[in-house]
Amino acid sequence: MSIWEYANPVKFMRASGAVLPWVVGGAAICTLGGLIWGFLTPDDFKQGSTVKILFLHVPAALMAINCWMMMLVASLIWIVRRHHVSALAAKAAAPVGAVMTLIALITGAVWGQPMWGTWWEWDPRLTSFLILFLFYLGYIALWEAVEDPDSAADLTGVLCLVGSVFALLSRYAVLFWNQGLHQGASLSVASGERMSATYRYPLYLAMLGFFLLTVALILIRTRTEIRRRRLAALLARENRA
Amino acid sequence: MIDLGKYTVTVLSAYGAGILLLAGIILQTIAANARARRALEEQEKRG
Repeated sequence: MSIWEYANPVKFMRASGAVLPWVVGGAAICTLGGLIWGFLTPDDFKQGSTVKILFLHVPAALMAINCWMMMLVASLIWIVRRHHVSALAAKAAAPVGAVMTLIALITGAVWGQPMWGTWWEWDPRLTSFLILFLFYLGYIALWEAVEDPDSAADLTGVLCLVGSVFALLSRYAVLFWNQGLHQGASLSVASGERMSATYRYPLYLAMLGFFLLTVALILIRTRTEIRRRRLAALLARENRA
Repeated sequence: MIDLGKYTVTVLSAYGAGILLLAGIILQTIAANARARRALEEQEKRG
């Protein structure tokens, strides 16, 4: 069996319909569990209770970048192999990624005000994240602006390739430039654990929850796009008859 | 009740905004999916 079989909309609908209840259930348990557990963690000796914002900010930021990376892969599949489901999956993921980016920006600003003494700083990571958010908005607007779906998929695919630079930059900006306010990675395999287990485990759970939530939302939205495309095809056929 | 100290407004506003945005995208996704499914079912019945 090949993965390309799921490029068939009927097979995709069947397979996604079967896994969706499990993904939704896992997302609900892990997201709520991670956020509640995180909210109940003790105050940090430096950050006080603002450390609780971490459990919302870090998973959202992670998904903001990963959503764009998923759109990049789906767009490349569309550009190379012309599978409609992949183009629709990329389209479906954009609003989810935009919301995740917005959550990361807002929670970061709210945390930054008492900790850094400013809501916003033109720091490399913050700036690249803002640009990533604008790319998300541009990507969504381009899909809406182009009437022919195949042309829209082509154009947004190219935009996605360009935007990937900023998605990667927002991930690695703190490593390229040292003058920024934003700290380095909170969790790092290469440099060992920098965070106490008290915060690390609820953070892992929240990250898993946000990952499953993102997957669930993208699956549902892709199914919506497939239904819309089928409806448009049926209406076009009716109008021709 | 958890005591958030002097950062009560900060923490609650961050959680409030985040949860509001998450709830918004979840509800919009479910509503759009239900609308698309209904419209397709009606069209398939007609055709």
